[in-house]
Amino acid sequence: MKKKKIGVYICHCGGNISDYVDVEKVRQAVEGDDIVFLAKTTMFACSDSNQRDMVEDIKANDLDGVVVASCSPKLHLLTFRNVSVRADLNKYTYVHANIREQASWAHSDNKMGATEKAIHLVKAAIAKSRYADALETNKIKAIKAVAVIGAGVAGMKAALSLAEKECDVILIEKESFVGGRVAQWDSLSTTTETGKEMVKRLYNELVKHENITILTNCEVIENKGSVGNMLLKIKKTPRYIGGTCHPEDLKRAIEVCPVEVPDEFNFRLTTRKAIYKNYPSEYPQTPVIDIKNCTRCGACEKVCPAIDFSEKEEILEFSVGSVLMATGFDSYTPAYGEFGYATSENVITLPQFKRLIDTQSDKLIYKGKEINNIAYIYCVGSRQTDGENTYCSRNCCTSTIHAAVTAKTKFTDINNYHFNRGLRTYGKQEILYADSLSAGDIYLQSYEDGLPTVTLEGKKTIVKINDILTNGREIEVEADLVVLVTGMVPRADNKVGSLFKIPKGRDKFYNEVHMKLRPVETVIDGVTIAGACQGPKNIAESVNSALSAATKSYSILSKGELETDPLVATIDPEKCTWCGACEAACPFDAILKIEKGTKVIADINNTVCKGCGMCAPVCEPDAVNLIACSSAEIMSMIDALV
Amino acid sequence: MADINKKSAKILVFSTEKISDPAIDMAGLLKLHYPPTVYTISIPCSSGIKPSWILYAYEKGFDGVFIAADGSDCVYGESCTEKTGHLVGKTHNLMKERGVEPARLRMAAICSVCSESFVKQMRTFNEYLLKTLHA
Ligand SMILES: Cc1cc2nc3c(=O)[nH]c(=O)nc-3n(C[C@H](O)[C@H](O)[C@H](O)COP(=O)(O)OP(=O)(O)OC[C@H]3O[C@@H](n4cnc5c(N)ncnc54)[C@H](O)[C@@H]3O)c2cc1C
Ligand code: SF4
Ligand code: SF4
Repeated sequence: MKKKKIGVYICHCGGNISDYVDVEKVRQAVEGDDIVFLAKTTMFACSDSNQRDMVEDIKANDLDGVVVASCSPKLHLLTFRNVSVRADLNKYTYVHANIREQASWAHSDNKMGATEKAIHLVKAAIAKSRYADALETNKIKAIKAVAVIGAGVAGMKAALSLAEKECDVILIEKESFVGGRVAQWDSLSTTTETGKEMVKRLYNELVKHENITILTNCEVIENKGSVGNMLLKIKKTPRYIGGTCHPEDLKRAIEVCPVEVPDEFNFRLTTRKAIYKNYPSEYPQTPVIDIKNCTRCGACEKVCPAIDFSEKEEILEFSVGSVLMATGFDSYTPAYGEFGYATSENVITLPQFKRLIDTQSDKLIYKGKEINNIAYIYCVGSRQTDGENTYCSRNCCTSTIHAAVTAKTKFTDINNYHFNRGLRTYGKQEILYADSLSAGDIYLQSYEDGLPTVTLEGKKTIVKINDILTNGREIEVEADLVVLVTGMVPRADNKVGSLFKIPKGRDKFYNEVHMKLRPVETVIDGVTIAGACQGPKNIAESVNSALSAATKSYSILSKGELETDPLVATIDPEKCTWCGACEAACPFDAILKIEKGTKVIADINNTVCKGCGMCAPVCEPDAVNLIACSSAEIMSMIDALV
Repeated sequence: MADINKKSAKILVFSTEKISDPAIDMAGLLKLHYPPTVYTISIPCSSGIKPSWILYAYEKGFDGVFIAADGSDCVYGESCTEKTGHLVGKTHNLMKERGVEPARLRMAAICSVCSESFVKQMRTFNEYLLKTLHA
């Protein structure tokens, strides 16, 4: 094999590197290496002039690869890969050494040590360079269609944004109606538009786009393929109502239906029938029969001709290039007895309170009693010191204060008492807090080790706190209603997340690749995340993330063709004995069992493999290696570092 | 090597591109110093480290190996923690068989902003190694 010829460039980074690392000494230490054809120092490796010089050097000397020793690869790996490409080299022949963050800056207290370390780091990069061969990116055809899963505000806004980019959109909603949680809130904080009005406006915009297919009562049950071409199987549950249902007929059908079940839309505060719509202007406008609870008595059929029990479950198939996940959140359900939940009849949750104030006027009545004193207990199910939800749910302080102000404006004789742990009405939401203070709301505060207590004294519900704002004084309120400010938790039903193998973070919400630099991408190529399925968000934040996820999903497909990274696992067919250990270790189902000649061995599906390497250490005969991270490469780097 | 460097042990760190590399880079940015004989090899995920690499490092003269693990932040999924723990356990056994003190292999989850924790780990590991190997 022809011996490699590489160029090594050592950067001063102004003085950021050369003030602490003797770059000339580093150059001298590596110039004698047998594959190093030229070794240079440069004031700024990333400058246009140096990049031009590198291209000339590579071409003039017919170099096979380059190493740049400079700042973190996070900043300039791509820059120098592109330089290589401009000089007609394959981008994977480029190797980077970080001698700024990991040498000159980390050891600015020890110039000699920093220089010695830089020499070793550059030598290790040269060792790696011996193995850095040209690799072909996998090119695959990309279908210009995106499946948006979940039709809450995030999913609806993402669908609209994609449709405007002339991309086909399949908007898939599990429930019978669109809108998600926002459809459940009437008045919203920091806007005069109600939740229902917002959903209606978005729905009306959606139906104007011919390239959006809206599917309700639908769930993805199978996913095959990978980024660019994913085949989704979708189960569509029937509504059992064919065509349009005349409003009067529907009204009568609902009246005659004998079934009553707890109404989840109202968080079980009320009941509904088996044939229902959550509210009159809900979309799509056709009602639905909740077949799980329907007794098939036939009463509704007699009064409404549109009802059709012959409708069957359907399986639909769609091919898309990318998936945008916007499945939202659940509200935390307090434990039995947590601040009197389920043990005291005067204790409800914030979502229930929102529904209660939305559905009443003049006087606030709960369980037949007029409500005057309301105690709000904050951070229930969030910022837990004992439980798993250590995060802040971000939105609940604002929503609570907004609901309290709304209640005080809408009903007579309301007194609000806020038992909080320090308020987080960030940004413009602070105005609401000021409004509530001027309306006379009382704020009482504690730390996590002195939470308020809720006790029943006869028929009275007493909330007590040692208020840190008044020097720890014990203060008690006799509350007619206690509202537990429950936070956001991930959807309990995570079947769809498991189907797409979306990693979850410490908070159990879906996890992005990088909070700041790649905030809507997941490690699963082609799957983006938006809205509250990624963590607690208000509407504005959900919409922001939806718009960026839409752009990201589209940008993957916009050229109609895409390249996937070739840094995947490889199997040595000689060594493999098909024990199946790698298949079991791979979290992405990228390993297949194949027959090769007379032998059964493991094989890697390159378009599915993410290059994590989890399969490599489990292989007893050492048949698995990651490209660019093989045992030979790592060991040669170790040799160079000692 | 100068005297100052004799005082530090040779530590090989396996760190991960997306999670612990940023923390180690940030330690440099913040000029949080640790011994200059700490060298990092970057890999995609801590659960992909082969025990044979670790054993090779001792064979070649490294005093200690530190795995800056992804922990629960791993972008490849929750199973990373368990798999990394498993390979560390396996390596500890292999080290015992070879008469290498298992305490020379350490692991801690280093998240992308855990710079201070990384530096603290490096300093204490260095002290431990100097005390036990170079006393
Ligand atoms: C009590 C309360 C009050 C609030 N008040 C305000 C406020 O005043 N102002 C404000 O800005 N924000 C408010 N919020 C926050 C707001 O509700 C969220 O920001 C918003 O709902 C997030 O939208 P989303 O689309 O991400 O999720 P969601 O609204 O949860 O919508 C997700 C959708 O995905 C669907 N789905 C789930 N799983 C699947 C699946 N497997 N397949 C298909 N579809 C699926 C769901 O049925 C749902 O329709 C409040 C939140 C709470 C809890
Ligand atoms: S673990 Fe190794 S031997 Fe077993 S199937 Fe996979 S590659 Fe083959
Ligand atoms: S590298 Fe990761 S994704 Fe690829 S086959 Fe191995 S375990 Fe699976």
